[in-house]
Amino acid sequence: MSNEENGNNISRRKFIKGVGVGIAGSCVLPSLEQSAIAQAKEGGDAVHGGKELLSLTVNGKPVRVLVEPRMTLAELLREKLQLTGTKIVCNQGACGGCTVLLDGHAVYSCHMLALDAAEREVTTIEGLMTGEELHPIQQAFVDKDGYQCGFCTPGQVMAAQALLLRHPRPTREQVLEGMSGNICRCAAYPKILESALAAAEKIRKS
Amino acid sequence: MKPPEHTATPGNDIADPVARPDAAAKCAGTARYLADLAVPGMLHARTVRSTRPRARITSRRLPPLPAGFFVVEARDIPGRNRIRMLDDDWPFFAEDIVNHIGEPILLVVGPEAEATAMIASRVIIEYEDLPPILSLDDALAGLAPPLYGEDNCFAEYSFHKGDLPQARRAARQMVKDGFSTGFQEHLYLEPQGVLAVPEAGRLTVYGSMQCPYYVKKAVEQAVGEGRHHVRIVQTVTGGAFGGKEDYPSLLAGQAAVAALKSGRPVRLVLDRTEDIAATTKRHPSRIDFTTFLDENDDLLGMDVDILLDGGAYSGLSSVVLQRAMFAASGVYRVPHLHVHGRVLATNQVPAGAFRGFGAPQAFFAIEMHLENIALRLGLDPLEYKLRHALRRGDRTCTDGLVRGAVRLPEMATRLCEAAGYPAKQAAYTAGQGRYRRGIGLSLCYHGCGFTGQGEELIQGTIALHKRADDAVEIRVAATEMGQGAQTVLPKIVAHSLGIPLDQIHYENPDTDIVPDSGPTVASRTTMIVGGLLREAALDLKRHWQSGRVMDIRRTYHHPPHIHWDQEHFRGDAYPEYAWGVNVVEVEVDLLTGLVRVIKIWAQFDVGAPMDERTLRGQMEGGIAQGLGYALWEKLEVDDGRVQQQRIRDYTIPTFMDMPPVESGSVYNPYEFGPFGAKGAGELTLVGVAPAVAAAVQQAIGCPVDMIPVTPEMILRRIRNRKHAKPDSEIPPESSPRSRSRADT
Ligand code: FES
Ligand code: FES
Repeated sequence: MSNEENGNNISRRKFIKGVGVGIAGSCVLPSLEQSAIAQAKEGGDAVHGGKELLSLTVNGKPVRVLVEPRMTLAELLREKLQLTGTKIVCNQGACGGCTVLLDGHAVYSCHMLALDAAEREVTTIEGLMTGEELHPIQQAFVDKDGYQCGFCTPGQVMAAQALLLRHPRPTREQVLEGMSGNICRCAAYPKILESALAAAEKIRKS
Repeated sequence: MKPPEHTATPGNDIADPVARPDAAAKCAGTARYLADLAVPGMLHARTVRSTRPRARITSRRLPPLPAGFFVVEARDIPGRNRIRMLDDDWPFFAEDIVNHIGEPILLVVGPEAEATAMIASRVIIEYEDLPPILSLDDALAGLAPPLYGEDNCFAEYSFHKGDLPQARRAARQMVKDGFSTGFQEHLYLEPQGVLAVPEAGRLTVYGSMQCPYYVKKAVEQAVGEGRHHVRIVQTVTGGAFGGKEDYPSLLAGQAAVAALKSGRPVRLVLDRTEDIAATTKRHPSRIDFTTFLDENDDLLGMDVDILLDGGAYSGLSSVVLQRAMFAASGVYRVPHLHVHGRVLATNQVPAGAFRGFGAPQAFFAIEMHLENIALRLGLDPLEYKLRHALRRGDRTCTDGLVRGAVRLPEMATRLCEAAGYPAKQAAYTAGQGRYRRGIGLSLCYHGCGFTGQGEELIQGTIALHKRADDAVEIRVAATEMGQGAQTVLPKIVAHSLGIPLDQIHYENPDTDIVPDSGPTVASRTTMIVGGLLREAALDLKRHWQSGRVMDIRRTYHHPPHIHWDQEHFRGDAYPEYAWGVNVVEVEVDLLTGLVRVIKIWAQFDVGAPMDERTLRGQMEGGIAQGLGYALWEKLEVDDGRVQQQRIRDYTIPTFMDMPPVESGSVYNPYEFGPFGAKGAGELTLVGVAPAVAAAVQQAIGCPVDMIPVTPEMILRRIRNRKHAKPDSEIPPESSPRSRSRADT
């Protein structure tokens, strides 16, 4: 949209900080967020300066990278680290498409600053594989046909992984609850549920 | 008795599920969607859009552009500033007039995405407002100057069957009913996006899309017919549901022009807010019936009037209207019929294709209408509907012949038994207390393949290419978008050739390689494209020579018995029909208006399933989208502005909303479909809303004449009933009568 709503100076960083990590519930208008980007760019931390050094662990490997303070974790993963398995769907913390693990807990990476992952351990869909071999959860999604278009699938798989770390023997209800933050427009829900339950079974047996 | 779930048909082993070829990449996260592609030297584009529903642009003021940044607008288009669709009214970029909020005016293009967005947000467009048409009511009032043609009508048709005036005279009763439906947003999770790459002598556009050849024609028109070799490649597509049938043509044209202007690759990916606010939606509708009953209470005649809101540009509206009109009398035998339909232009986001394509609106209306007539007559809706349902040998609303067996009666009976429909239907009418149950039923069909003359016009062409290593490549323009084309079509070829599935290759279409087999729409991929592939495969088998390269092509022509008169809308509107029955049970909280869907039972006749598991995905997915359409997916456009612009505000079904679904299919092979297959993708959505609405209507004891049936609407209805004057007060059990007026 064009620029009719300028003139607020909430920086995107503040905006995101205020909302917290991976929690759905912000009600800031997108236009506001939009102009916050513009404001941020005009302010001190513009593209050419103000980058900060970030060190974290991504998929088991130490990473040191210069980032702009307002960069989200999803942007860091996709744009700087080329880990494009993590998808951006709403970019507003409302759909779970960008779910990754932060120290073993599911977070919405679009709704969290990269800098807030400093010294922490991030796992993405790429980190689940062992070489060419699919992780048992990924394999369960393949076996149970737990997807259609596949766009929500990385987020679903990561949410399932977080769930199974917490509840190795989840009930149907625990799966539903644990994954309720991940939407699927193809509505592969019944098969995603079966996939998660099958994965739990498989991991338990191995 | 339980309905057979996912019926495996004896001897029909093509239906046995196989591993989907795209499974590993999608579950591993290595599948590359459009936004995952970056090529060296790539520029990013960001759209500046209209903030006015209808206005003249008086000035465009750009901020200072840093080196390497530029804009692209209408005057940069070397070809024609019109998207090639059915009509010629929709520009790639607005020229001096804007016709809806969100309409693209220009692109800002530059080497860095965020800076591009920042510059775009600082472009100042000044407008002189013009009197807008902000709703169907505005359009009907006709106070503002027309937006399209002289009558502001994108399309208007009517057709007759029998002699309606005579039926009117002979009728013993007349029943009137009116229904309306809202917008629906596709909300495919992968936003729209394209990447245009200029190369020596040619221009390639990659994109998330359903119809590569539509896009090709649009791009050729934008860059100037014959001036560049245009090549379109579909990338892995994260859902479409009709929403990537029309709009990618616009985006591809824009990106192509930007790529030519800069000589560099240009990527244009919409963010979610833009995608919701500016891309096409399902047409809102108003549908009115005047129905005449004879002395046995049977359907004698019906006069149907359909009004669709087409938004600002015509797009695919005329064909959407035709499909709605051909569904106007539903699955029923109506001897005397008149159907009139119009699509009006409004200064709102353009309406377009959405899974079902006009049929969901029409089936919501006709199914509720029949339900209301039955209740008004004190008859069981199931019985009344089946009494009038088309049978083999009957004539459709356009006088086409129903050639195949219609298995609706056994499907419905079996389903109703499984759901306990008759007992519940009787018991729930007298519901008491805060939580009330209701059960509803619908019958529907979906015409497979293009509407009317479409298949004959397109003449879809497919090719099989046998390599020297005896592997066979499928060359079609049909796209995989999650529905399973890449699972089903190779199975058809492998089974026809009698060779293993892993010997068949089917890549995403590239127009340099594949012929134009038509768009991936209209439930035509399995039946039409798959049918051609089967014929070609059988031919290849007859001439098979191991170790030799062989090529086979096939072009579609209707089977000789299909006749269609486009001028009078007479004959076989579709080559064949797929049928469906839905039963839905709900519980409504009368205090909050919240609806809980307890269970859905569904049976479909898709001819023969080509893959049981893929079909199950289509059934569950279509049912869920139908539920959303019926209950939760409210998209309002106020003063031309889409109100729900974020995923959080537009509520699609989540894990928690998904009720248990018991679905299955019956085996009823179509002679001209591959292995008996008909279409399946849209059918599963079409009949859900009326079954839900009928259930809610029963539960609350008040008429439900519009969808989505939101809690607010339910509470309003209940309140109005309480406050109604005594003489118009309606006892809950006979409530639907309030909608029906009887004249003898
Ligand atoms: S993309 Fe992050 S929650 Fe939707
Ligand atoms: S598989 Fe398409 S959105 Fe979930």
